[in-house]
Amino acid sequence: MTAPTTSRPPARTPRPGRRRAPSGLDRARRREAAALVMPSLLPILVLSVAPLLMGVLLAFTDAELVRRPDYQFVGIDNFTRLAGNSFFWDSFRIGMIWAVAVTLLQLVAALGLALLLNSGLRLQSLTRVLALIPWAMPPVVVAIMWRMIYSPNAGPLNAFLGSLGLPDDINWLADFSTALPAVIVVGVWVGMPQTTVTLLAGLQQIPPELNEAASMDGAGAWRRFTAVTLPSLRPIVTSITSLNFIWNFNSFSLVYVLTEGGPGGRTMLPMLFTYLEAFKNRNIGYAAAMGVVLVVVVVLLLTVYLRSQFRDDRVETKKKEG
Amino acid sequence: MRVFAQQLVRPAQYVALAGYIVFLGFPLLWLISASVKSSAELNSLVVSLLPQEWHWANYADALARQGLVSSAGNSAIVALASTALVILIALPASYVLARLKGAIRAAGVGWILVSQVFPVILVVLPLFLILRTIGLTDSLVGLILVHTTYTMPFALWMLQGYVAAIPVDLEEAGAVDGGNRLVVLRRIVFPLLAPGVVATAMFSFVSSWNEFFFALVLLQSPENYTLPITLSTFIGGEGKVALGPLAAGSVLAAIPSIVFFSIMQKKLTGGLMAGAVKG
Repeated sequence: MTAPTTSRPPARTPRPGRRRAPSGLDRARRREAAALVMPSLLPILVLSVAPLLMGVLLAFTDAELVRRPDYQFVGIDNFTRLAGNSFFWDSFRIGMIWAVAVTLLQLVAALGLALLLNSGLRLQSLTRVLALIPWAMPPVVVAIMWRMIYSPNAGPLNAFLGSLGLPDDINWLADFSTALPAVIVVGVWVGMPQTTVTLLAGLQQIPPELNEAASMDGAGAWRRFTAVTLPSLRPIVTSITSLNFIWNFNSFSLVYVLTEGGPGGRTMLPMLFTYLEAFKNRNIGYAAAMGVVLVVVVVLLLTVYLRSQFRDDRVETKKKEG
Repeated sequence: MRVFAQQLVRPAQYVALAGYIVFLGFPLLWLISASVKSSAELNSLVVSLLPQEWHWANYADALARQGLVSSAGNSAIVALASTALVILIALPASYVLARLKGAIRAAGVGWILVSQVFPVILVVLPLFLILRTIGLTDSLVGLILVHTTYTMPFALWMLQGYVAAIPVDLEEAGAVDGGNRLVVLRRIVFPLLAPGVVATAMFSFVSSWNEFFFALVLLQSPENYTLPITLSTFIGGEGKVALGPLAAGSVLAAIPSIVFFSIMQKKLTGGLMAGAVKG
């Protein structure tokens, strides 16, 4: 949810050629390693691996959130019921729109900012600090802040529109047609910094000679961008897009505080829907089935996306060879 | 014609940059401005970024609210305790992760990657049941354990990067001088890791301080609420809660994270760029 993927570890120094230690020592070292790892393994096993497995099992039960739970295995009942639950699939569709829109807009906006930051303008350090603020702030505070921006009466957004002579009475977060786009903008605002930082690092790794050579061949700025910059950034774009998509699809806090899924379920992301099923309706077995479906679909989509990227790469290398 | 176009590029770039600065910075400025406006001004139809008069009483109001201060205390306890635990547990493990090869490393790295895309919604239900069985729902201890577990993957990743940067030769020299592995770790490796530990600790603190979802699910009684949960209960009934103090409380809640992030800024951006500077 919050973990950034930057600060890549420095390259490992290759070890000087060492002779193999005798096996007794090897075993001692292995025991040592196990002792060092054990303290971190324990909470992981109990609080993260076990719950994940239990979560999958729960999906096949009729468990409810009561004091003395009494589960029964019900096979795939939850899943067949889920297939006919149109509210769930509505929420799923909203989740897809949200995740795809936020991920794409994040990428475009972040790429623009990264290119600007990489072109030797002034105000860079100010922009860099500003760009990190959305990343640092607690999601709840972000949501409170944007509720004030979108406020229908005294909000600066409506005031600004009013000063341009446009309609100034839009209730952004409560109107059926504007609620989802409004939360998408906030999602882009929150996720842009991380994407920018990652893309900027990628841009700085492109050897300047490539651009110079393209320039000499008479390539204009746009041509250089499509022929040199974009292809070089491709692996980074693929990985940050995949990560962003998963993070956005899994996102909960921001929209929960902004709209609680309203108005009329227009911003009911699947995570919110599942949360409500589990902790308001107390059907944890059914909610677990929803969780399983969501995870499976995301994994499938990602596999398709990554495979297509991989195939394109191969086609391109073949073209170059040919 | 081409020269003319080139002269236009710079101004256009500055206009775009200004757009980004407004988009990224304005919401926070607005929050700060709302935090020093009187409620009369906040409800008036005159909308301006600069307050007509600076109404610092909002901050006093926010702090006077019982829930806010005590939940800030809870947040601090949870964040400090889980940070300490994360460092304590992850430090030795990160050493193994960085130095050893083979199955342990592969499994560790694999798990770190998976944890980045972890479906928390699927995990949170059984997690709730497990913690309820051992009586740790609605308890700060339970939340500390959960935050520790879920911050650890990234902390491990950060730390092992710093370990890998320490030359193995240095350790071997220590070993030759007669220290066993643990002595070498304590005398040579851990001191060199200090900057990495500080950065990782700040990251862990911010993650826990900002965290909302687990706290929402696990904590039930208001006296156990962390700051994000208490702030979220203030909204909804915006008519009842004065906007000014809510904005003031939000600014206060964001300060620790923003301060730590500004300190880490060089590391967050610099870490990635280190390799690029040579180019």
